[in-house]
Amino acid sequence: MAKLPRWADLALVPLISLVLAALVSAIVLVLIGQSPMQALSVMVDGALGSASGWGYTLYYATSFIFTGLGVTIAFHAGLFNIGGEGQAQLGGLGVALACLFLPWPHWTVALVGASLAAALFGAAWAAIPAWLQAKRGSHIVITTIMFNYIAAALLIYILGEILRPVGSMDPASARFPAELGLPHFHEMPILRDFFLKYGPDGAVKLSAQGLPVYSRVPANITFFLSLIAAFGVWVLLWHTRLGYEMRAFGKQEKAARYAGISAFKIIMVAMLLSGALSGLMAINNVMGQAERLLQNSAEGAGFIGIAVALMGRNHPLGVVLAAVLFGFLYQGGAALGLNTSIPIELRTVVQGLVILFTGALDYMVRIMLTWVFSLRQTERAA
Amino acid sequence: MVEKTDVGRQATAAPSSYAIELKGISKAFGPVQANRDINIAVPRGTIHGIIGENGAGKSTLMSILYGFYKADAGEILINGTPTTIPDSQSAIRAGIGMVFQHFKLVQNFTVLENIVLGAEEGFALNTSLSKARKALADLSHEYELNVDPDAIIEDLSVGHQQRVEILKALYRQAEILILDEPTGVLTPAEADHLFRILASLKAQGKTIILITHKLREIMEATDHVSVMRRGTMVATVKTTDSSPEQLAELMVGRKVLLDVAKGPANPGPVVLSVENLRVQDEQKVERLKGVSFEIRAGEVLGIAGVAGNGQSELLAALGGIQKATGSVTLKGQPLPLSGPGADGRTRREAGMGHIPEDRQLLGLIMDFTAWENSALGYHNAAKYQKNLLLMDNTAIRADTEAKMATFDVRPPIPSLAAKNFSGGNQQKIVVAREIESNPDILLIGQPTRGVDIGAIEFIHKQIIALRDAGKAILLVSVELDEILSLSDRIAVMFDGQLMGFRDPETTNERELGLLMAGVTDTSKPDAGKAA
Repeated sequence: MAKLPRWADLALVPLISLVLAALVSAIVLVLIGQSPMQALSVMVDGALGSASGWGYTLYYATSFIFTGLGVTIAFHAGLFNIGGEGQAQLGGLGVALACLFLPWPHWTVALVGASLAAALFGAAWAAIPAWLQAKRGSHIVITTIMFNYIAAALLIYILGEILRPVGSMDPASARFPAELGLPHFHEMPILRDFFLKYGPDGAVKLSAQGLPVYSRVPANITFFLSLIAAFGVWVLLWHTRLGYEMRAFGKQEKAARYAGISAFKIIMVAMLLSGALSGLMAINNVMGQAERLLQNSAEGAGFIGIAVALMGRNHPLGVVLAAVLFGFLYQGGAALGLNTSIPIELRTVVQGLVILFTGALDYMVRIMLTWVFSLRQTERAA
Repeated sequence: MVEKTDVGRQATAAPSSYAIELKGISKAFGPVQANRDINIAVPRGTIHGIIGENGAGKSTLMSILYGFYKADAGEILINGTPTTIPDSQSAIRAGIGMVFQHFKLVQNFTVLENIVLGAEEGFALNTSLSKARKALADLSHEYELNVDPDAIIEDLSVGHQQRVEILKALYRQAEILILDEPTGVLTPAEADHLFRILASLKAQGKTIILITHKLREIMEATDHVSVMRRGTMVATVKTTDSSPEQLAELMVGRKVLLDVAKGPANPGPVVLSVENLRVQDEQKVERLKGVSFEIRAGEVLGIAGVAGNGQSELLAALGGIQKATGSVTLKGQPLPLSGPGADGRTRREAGMGHIPEDRQLLGLIMDFTAWENSALGYHNAAKYQKNLLLMDNTAIRADTEAKMATFDVRPPIPSLAAKNFSGGNQQKIVVAREIESNPDILLIGQPTRGVDIGAIEFIHKQIIALRDAGKAILLVSVELDEILSLSDRIAVMFDGQLMGFRDPETTNERELGLLMAGVTDTSKPDAGKAA
């Protein structure tokens, strides 16, 4: 079969898949009696049309980058880690314990400490399925799925029985100390200027104290951490011995064994790193946004990470781009629910279609494109 | 294609003496012209050889004849009638039978069930089976094709499985039989038996096309031989008017040294000493049953044998890939055979190189680039590190470029994925990596399997050069010619054991062939069968 040019493979295929997903979404909208154009404009406007829209989109994207990277790193070692959700919830537990029970002098130190705790807890939750795979051959897909349920049950128990403040009806931990709050986009110098609120006269809104007022957004400093993590994953996979061994093992296990690469080591290390990345997501939502540990804190981001990795072709850069796209779908979908009569569940439909077209039907788009390109080549030859 | 065609069915009264004629067959895959204007005419009742290097287009041509591919141009005449062959069913109806290199048999079916498979008649299987049983008895009788119809395929030897494939074709009334590399998996004795079968088929008026890369078989078995090179048919000659040297030259397009030039060995101290090496497979079946030998510096020990007699396990155990028991010492240092340290990395650090039998499964990572592959197993070497954390990809690339130049890898592009190189060039990447790492002992498995003649010559020279540089070499090959021409000592492996050592100067193919079949006492040819 003829080969696609690299640019077409990397850019055109996902783009066409997205357009197809959008078309089918439009058909669904027409069928439920809504205007697709209106829906699209509400989504774009809500997610990307304003600085605060971006503040939400990038907040979601941050979580998806971490979970997407988690899936990616395991995937390169030939392991399909479905357990991002549970690992992210355990990461949240680590963050909560670190923030609630350790005395931190400053939020920067707390950020480092909580990151370590999040990574450690996430990794620990991945360690058991990894060990079972490496030593017993229990399939990682099955065990990580089971561990998602165990994580959910464990958190219900811990939040309900142990961390719930006395007198609270809410299965959630106490609030973290206020001084541990991470800087959000609207609180950071320079960046905050994008989030200035304007009065109807076009002038900057001022508070009673005469200070400018900013739109509050959930996106926070963790976004930059996620970009650093993406770069780190890229370096690890393509510029270190460990990454080389992981990719070798993932591509061809027997050849890796021939080369003296230990299967046990690779499975363990890859899954620990994967779990750690998923766990790090908790810095964004638990420490950065909720500032306490809620039940079901990961809110499905662990699963979205699978789609993000799939769509991002398991490349850190692709993961970042795909995470922003899914952030857009999340925030745009919320805007739909808020501003139109379109049910918010449509967000799930659109996500499902995007996953279907970019993941499962990717091959269909690919063969059609290959055919188009081969036609062009023949024309040129003739 | 011609208008007046007859799909898969031949006119009964065709006045042609040719069973098959191909006229102007061309086939391109994208920019690659696999077949270019091929003309060939095979007289009925003859054996026609087709010979050529890997990628010369033999398989494509046969696939067109069997309906797997459609030719871009040209026509096929069966018994003088233009015929289109859109699929393999039409090929069968046209009387063409194909015996593939890799058998297409259902392993847990009986011989009879396999023969009927796809040719069942009616609803009840039993009528087909009893009909087949009778036909099978006749065929077996007629052509010396004795196979127990009720035997399960997986219990049969490879030679017998091949007979089942031939019977399958004959049961479908094949008049033209195509055999693709039929002797690759056979012992010399089994191969001789096959050629006797082919001779009797020919005597009955069947037409046989034999695809092979073994010149000896072409010389022995065929009436005519066609030589293919790079998609074109460069010559068709009467076999008796030709010589192996001439055919080799036609195949490669230049003079080829069929014999390896090598001086006498100059053995030094013992490098590798193996004692009572045993390997069990996952089903706890002993595949290696106590093997002992020594290899000295500057010496090639050749292990001959039919594939599947423990050679793979021997290489895997020595290479640290498979657990084993016994004792192995390398330059006096014991090598761990199980547990920590029994891995490829420790072996390489101890000075052992390994060119594995299956380069596409073990030796190379097919999706990796050539430069990534050229560090496989040596990726921990200090020269490939930039600092404690990072690998020096630039250094590996530069190193690969140098190796590609020395070993004449084509195309010399380090960033090309391994899967995009031809078999011979893939093997050169592996050979370059293992030889350039300068091992004290090199394990070599099937160094020239699926490698074209030009590259074989090159790889053989490299092996001898390594020996002359004072390295110890363990050579495992199913190609007797290769073992005979490269080895300084030969051991034959049968059923997980070494059947004794022979001197290549004094032994011959017949003696080795008997040892390969497990016969140690050559005066009683049946003695080994009980083993």
